[in-house]
Amino acid sequence: MSTVAQKMAARPATPPGGVDARPVLSLRGIDKQFPGVKALSGVDLDLYPGEVTALVGENGAGKSTIVKVLTGIYKPDAGTVSMHDQPLHLTSAQDAVKAGIAAIHQETVLFDELTVAENVFIGHAPRNRFGAIDHEAMRRDAAAILKRIGADINPAVRLADLGIASRHLVAIARALSAEASVVVLDEPTAALSAHEIEEVYALVERLKEDGKAILFISHKFDEIFRIADRWTVFRDGELVGAGRIDGVSEDDLVRLMVGRHVGQVFPERKSTPGAEVLAVKQYAHPTEFDAINFTLRTGEILGFYGLVGAGRSEVMQALFGVTKPSSGEVLLDGKPKTIKSPADAIEAGIVYVPEDRGRQGAVLGLPIVDNVALPSLGALSRGGFVKMAEEYALARTYTQRLDLRAAALDQDIGELSGGNQQKVVIAKWLATKPRVIILDEPTKGIDIGSKAAVHDFMAELAAEGLAVIMVSSEIPEVLGMSDRVIVMREGLIVAELSGDDLTPERLVREAAGYGEAA
Amino acid sequence: MSETTGVEMRIIPDRLRSRLQRAMRSWEVLLVAVAVGVFTFNSLASPFFLDAWNLSDATFNFTEKAMIAFAMALLIIAGEIDLSVASIIALASTAMGAAVQLGFDTPALLLIGLGTGLLCGAFNGFLVTGLGLPSIVVTIGTLSLFRGIAYMVLGDQSYGGYPSSFAWFGQGYVWWVITVEMVIFAICAVVFWIVLHFTQFGRTVYAIGNNPTAALFSGIRVARVKFTLFLLTGLMSGLAAVCLTSRLASTRPSIALGWELEVVTMVVLGGVSILGGSGTIPGVVLAAIIMGMVTFGLGLLNVPGIVMSIFVGLLLISVIAIPRLLGLVKVRLT
Repeated sequence: MSTVAQKMAARPATPPGGVDARPVLSLRGIDKQFPGVKALSGVDLDLYPGEVTALVGENGAGKSTIVKVLTGIYKPDAGTVSMHDQPLHLTSAQDAVKAGIAAIHQETVLFDELTVAENVFIGHAPRNRFGAIDHEAMRRDAAAILKRIGADINPAVRLADLGIASRHLVAIARALSAEASVVVLDEPTAALSAHEIEEVYALVERLKEDGKAILFISHKFDEIFRIADRWTVFRDGELVGAGRIDGVSEDDLVRLMVGRHVGQVFPERKSTPGAEVLAVKQYAHPTEFDAINFTLRTGEILGFYGLVGAGRSEVMQALFGVTKPSSGEVLLDGKPKTIKSPADAIEAGIVYVPEDRGRQGAVLGLPIVDNVALPSLGALSRGGFVKMAEEYALARTYTQRLDLRAAALDQDIGELSGGNQQKVVIAKWLATKPRVIILDEPTKGIDIGSKAAVHDFMAELAAEGLAVIMVSSEIPEVLGMSDRVIVMREGLIVAELSGDDLTPERLVREAAGYGEAA
Repeated sequence: MSETTGVEMRIIPDRLRSRLQRAMRSWEVLLVAVAVGVFTFNSLASPFFLDAWNLSDATFNFTEKAMIAFAMALLIIAGEIDLSVASIIALASTAMGAAVQLGFDTPALLLIGLGTGLLCGAFNGFLVTGLGLPSIVVTIGTLSLFRGIAYMVLGDQSYGGYPSSFAWFGQGYVWWVITVEMVIFAICAVVFWIVLHFTQFGRTVYAIGNNPTAALFSGIRVARVKFTLFLLTGLMSGLAAVCLTSRLASTRPSIALGWELEVVTMVVLGGVSILGGSGTIPGVVLAAIIMGMVTFGLGLLNVPGIVMSIFVGLLLISVIAIPRLLGLVKVRLT
């Protein structure tokens, strides 16, 4: 049996950028419906050998759904996937691998305790004649593949000893070991340093020379124009445009991406900001953010926009006392406050609705009433004893205000839908009568009805004089709810927008860092 | 239940089932049934079982272990464990024995026993919450360490000569057949029941056990609560050491050997989830009584100790497995 590396070497290289080449992979009329959401409708996508197709779109445009369709994780409701004009039926991730479709996700699933070679060949390791894994051959083949992609990694080391960029390379080597003809790269540079990003670009070039068809998902315009041959824009689950990269400008792409959104109505608000409650000065963290300055007033909704990894949640978690900032000052009502733990933050009147609801927000396994009462236990107790009647009264008041749908207050919160869990998490904070409420992606992953309820409620809170910070990656939500928007990129505040400056195009440009050099 | 499905204002009822209905479906009801079964079996199997003095003697099989089990229950509900409890007894007993040789009297001995327990608990608590080490590894380490110190001090010797007033804790009677240990057990049961089920502290224990991250994000000082629980477990181990040393009137380094497993068994049999997050004190009380009666009943029947441990193991596995098996059958039928 010849080794994978030999087979790869033996394959004739396809001339790069063959303009007249026929697509390797074609998707036609793909539909995918989730409860309450149409994730994809009638989407077409073609991938050409030796070419990079950039897929752009906002959060929720359907990019990750199409990746999951391509990799066999989701089965489309309608439409066809074909490879070299032959229809493909992808019903599992295994099918996709067999068909030669390899995906490298932002956070690739690799095995820390295994060696690099074992990671590369997991699931299809070369066997010796006794049927046992042939470690010798596996290491040799892994070394050959790694060399081919220009990665200077010893296949015998444990994966846990590698940095994130090297792990990406291992993931790519793994994709190649399965002899992929289609490679999907889902925001591969999101978490990398500038030097590491260059390595990824070089690798993409090599994959192109190898004749792979590459789907490259990215939010960064500079890299799209640098490495892509073709572009495709999705918006709200639909294909809104595609073409060759030399026929398009950055402005065209931004316009297509933001377009006109359908279906979402935001509450009418008459904003009357009052006195300044919170001021953050020169807030910094060793790795996550630096030079953060902003103020917040009562009755105001301040939006925080940026790409994933821009450091927004990290700033909020530092304000809430979960992570420790390295320097900077937090002023509450003009007086400096030291917040070392969430307990301190709550005492100071700052509360935080986390993005990761299941892990950080709701205590699954406990009843609704306990979840609501948890941060207020001090106020609900006398001499350390919890007054249960008051506990239920509190839960009743605040869950009713949020229009919670549940069978009973002693029901396990884990039995509720995501939207209703979020209502309980918000209710528990309102019960503490906070001054500042920070909502981190408050409507992520919840149904449209609950979304509208959360939006209405935010407006109501601001009208009552609460100061609201909303971290959101959804442009319509940011535009629809915020009085002011702070845009963060790579741990820094890059813009503060309000009034006429507050346009979808500006948000996308500032967050992606495009237009700054010009 | 009839409900008006009003569209105008949605009222969420406080409870879907009444507290009585909920109690009837609980683990504790199953344990009561098992306890009655064991009691009936024992009284039929041996004519000596239903004797007030014999029953009183039988309580020594569980009272000391149960004192630790109450604190251990809280610790396991909070998602941690302390396997060093039996070694804390050994160390605390050794400390008291050494103090006797130096001429200390009963009140000082009591303080030394409890104090040693507290110090050991603080040491465990510091390693787990201060340094962020996993409690199962830490307390396996201190299990060796604490008993190792006891062996180093005593070798194959033993301490004796405890003052006669010290015998009150483990050998004294309050009234008729009611022992001092029974009273301590009952007081501890009530105190822990109140702490776990009715106080702010108890709520935070459950919250931490179900989701430590969300508990932290809800303003609970998670490390402080866990440290307190280790202290409490150490203190209760110290109390058990006082009672046991008083009852035996001597200290050997092998005292209470293997008790940590019996204590954990008691807690799990009592319905506390070993994964944390759920369990009750009444359940642990029932489990303690069941284990004590099973051991005593088998003793009356002259069953050797090894068979007894087989029996306790089978009891634990079957009480946990049977509902699961029945549950599976139900799932398959529907």
